Amino acid sequence: MAPYAITELFGHWGANAVYVLIGFAFGAVLEMSGFGNSMKLAAQFYLKEMTVLKVMFTAIVVAMLLIFLTSAAGLLDFNLVWVPPTYLWPGIAGGLLMGVGFIIGGFCPGTSLVSAATLKIDGIFFVLGASFGIFLFGETIQFYDGFFNSSNLGRLILPDLFGVDAGVVVIAVTLMALVMFWGAEQLERIFGHKDPKAAPRWRYGAAGAALAVALAVLILGQPTAEQRWQRIAAEKQLLLDQRAVQIHPGELLSLIEDPHLQVVMLDVRTETDYNLFHILDARHAPLSAVAEVIPELHDQPANTVFVVMSNDEVAATEAWKVLAAESVPNTYILEGGVNRWLDVFANEEFRAEYQKASAQPDQLRYIPNAALGSRLPAAEPNAGQVELEFIPKVQLEMKRGPSGGGCG
Amino acid sequence: MTTQTPSRRFPRQAEAHVAARREAKPYINPYLGGILLGIVLFAALFITGNGLGASGGINRIVVFVQDLIAPTHVDRTAYLTSMAGGDLNPLDNWIVFITLGTLLGGFVSGWANHRVKVETNRGPQVSVRLRWVMAFIGGAIMGYGARLARGCTSGQALSGGSVLSVGSWTIMFAIFGGGYALAYFLRRFWN
Repeated sequence: MAPYAITELFGHWGANAVYVLIGFAFGAVLEMSGFGNSMKLAAQFYLKEMTVLKVMFTAIVVAMLLIFLTSAAGLLDFNLVWVPPTYLWPGIAGGLLMGVGFIIGGFCPGTSLVSAATLKIDGIFFVLGASFGIFLFGETIQFYDGFFNSSNLGRLILPDLFGVDAGVVVIAVTLMALVMFWGAEQLERIFGHKDPKAAPRWRYGAAGAALAVALAVLILGQPTAEQRWQRIAAEKQLLLDQRAVQIHPGELLSLIEDPHLQVVMLDVRTETDYNLFHILDARHAPLSAVAEVIPELHDQPANTVFVVMSNDEVAATEAWKVLAAESVPNTYILEGGVNRWLDVFANEEFRAEYQKASAQPDQLRYIPNAALGSRLPAAEPNAGQVELEFIPKVQLEMKRGPSGGGCG
Repeated sequence: MTTQTPSRRFPRQAEAHVAARREAKPYINPYLGGILLGIVLFAALFITGNGLGASGGINRIVVFVQDLIAPTHVDRTAYLTSMAGGDLNPLDNWIVFITLGTLLGGFVSGWANHRVKVETNRGPQVSVRLRWVMAFIGGAIMGYGARLARGCTSGQALSGGSVLSVGSWTIMFAIFGGGYALAYFLRRFWN
């Protein structure tokens, strides 16, 4: 399923060749549309010629329709598609500055590259100016990086913001674009003295096709967690059965102490159990709420290992399936759960004093007389103290798909 | 439609010669351009998971030059270290290859359509020199804003817009807002 791990498929330079090809097509289309010409771009702001708006919104609608259609059809894993994280206020401030730079300089960065490549001197000056502005940013951002990193809402898409299906937003955006195109043609008629009848008639057919695809996206719907799991169940169930993803407490400890890795532990037990005892830095995310933290997990760097745990393995395995279905990479289960962790790392007095005679499956076997949380030596054991033998199972798989942003 | 004013710096004879040899072909219909651009953007997201971008590539080229001149300074500045700290090569990144391709594609399309030509596009009332100064200043503001917003018109408005990122849509409206807010005061510059 797309997107593909192109570095693994084609190697380092093969992947770079793919990016050169994509860039080539990008540059060629910008040039063909007239975006190498600053007069054509600036005309947008004087309502004489709405080329910028037409090209941009047509492109956004076409790409959006194809992405959500292929995602609905199970051909594309949307979780692995890069969504620029939302930093609200720095984004608005940067956007306003970009608008000002656009009307003063006559380009945006992509179009100025194309302009410079076709030897427009104003384009070359703009590229030099943009490089200078970027240089200034790199030198000054340290003085207000608090603002730069503020209002971070993470991976947030419009359907989540409004609490509706992606298909509803897809239809709304398509309709909005069509209304804007109609308005743009009226403005061109009034301010640019253009005859809308001169525009090609096939655009009506294209508008109809876009609406039809948008409707199909809404009717098909985006795959649910259950459907996603069904698609990968055979392959992933094998990993569970071979116990390839259940890691020994000793391995978890070694991961935590590895300075090259970041470990995110998700404790999926009840709040009561979590308060009685949990591993230091384990995050409480009850099984029913695991799905809610997934966007955050996708925001983590590529060297992150995710470990889910419950008292035994039952709930943790369910949580693991949810994460696997949502394509969270490098996800493992703590073997034997928190009970096994305490078997290994709790001292003898603790074990003797608090062990329950009998425990149901996936229930805590040690019940301390107070909610200790992580205030127990066993919550942060020292790897030097215990000699542990285990077969290491974690193999860090570099993230497939997005590696950080359109302008990363 | 378009005002293609030749630069004064280049001898008129040479220009006349070029113009006689080949006439620049007209640009394609904007809706067709948009459909093609949408397909390219979709292909990028579908195959690689990454969108399109431009300012990120320029950024890394700038940092590469900085790293040649002042490597210790780069290693001490947090924002630059992430791209070029220690042995990191800032150019070894997919976005740089997108940028290279953009330049190539722009040139080849311009060449094929006879639009590669040394000239300065400017409003009828503006001198060539003023246009150059304004292009530099505008570029600097654009470049600064693009990094502050974590992406430019390509990376945020276009790529982020198509995957329905809330931040990207906000940025897109901010760009148009900033442009239209100032357009009135610059009307003599462009018209």
